[in-house]
Amino acid sequence: MKVNVHVSLKPGVLDPQGRAIHHALEGLGFSGVNDVRAGRLIALDVADDTSDEALDDMCRKLLANMVIENYRIEKVG
Amino acid sequence: MAFTAGVITFPGSNCDRDMAVAIEAVSGKPATRIWHGDAALPDRIDFIAVPGGFSYGDYLRSGAMAAKSPIMRAVADAAARGVPVLGVCNGFQVLTETGLLPGALMRNAGIHFVCREVPLIVGNDTSLFTAKYSAGQEILIPVAHHDGNYYADEATLDRIEGEGHVAFRYADNPNGSARDIAGVLNHAGNVLGMMPHPERMIEAAQGGTDGLAMFESVFEGLSVA
Repeated sequence: MKVNVHVSLKPGVLDPQGRAIHHALEGLGFSGVNDVRAGRLIALDVADDTSDEALDDMCRKLLANMVIENYRIEKVG
Repeated sequence: MAFTAGVITFPGSNCDRDMAVAIEAVSGKPATRIWHGDAALPDRIDFIAVPGGFSYGDYLRSGAMAAKSPIMRAVADAAARGVPVLGVCNGFQVLTETGLLPGALMRNAGIHFVCREVPLIVGNDTSLFTAKYSAGQEILIPVAHHDGNYYADEATLDRIEGEGHVAFRYADNPNGSARDIAGVLNHAGNVLGMMPHPERMIEAAQGGTDGLAMFESVFEGLSVA
């Protein structure tokens, strides 16, 4: 089973990388970009019988830092 | 007295030797070097230092991989028993990732790696680590980090400040840290994490000796106990 874990900074947590990317986009002449937040995609290939609970556990214990980050689990097939 | 200090080394640690030198300079006894893959600490351990560096190449998040290494379970158990634990720079990141300290260290607000001497204001002069400093004293200690921007939610910051557990603040915030926090103690007061490197300021040849008092505080504090 292919699973994508999307890790992103919680709303309100300053994202210096997103801000730098935003700045660079403006420098390239792209106008109308209101905000940029950078995150991380972790692509997992796991056994088909991996439980949702186990996936959640992986995110909480390692893939995301729950102090500053949220995660979203997407099963892609 | 017998004083047994341990310095943890992960793949990518690079301040472990400096830390061991600082400990020996004050205690007169070599620190025990402990490898990340070890499952247990020495039977007797009085003080544990988690040094700076780039453990596991900062993969995933700074300190995230090291926090899951076998030895950190033993360090967490020791901390729970009251053994003093000092984490510097990457060691601070490891301790927050382990959950031994509140908050997290994020990318510097200015994006850049910051490597220079910074003035700190001592916030707490009663902990085992800071007893030989005076509250309000200004000291000069170097920082060298990319992810030193301390973050915790407002309630946590209020609690830390209310407990008097901000050990050090930046006089001139180099990385965007919340409330200028450069070093923080845990609730019990036996774990300290800080981004600046006291082990790099223990002899005049390094440009100053303001870090020496930290190691003296620990050594003398434990000698009396």
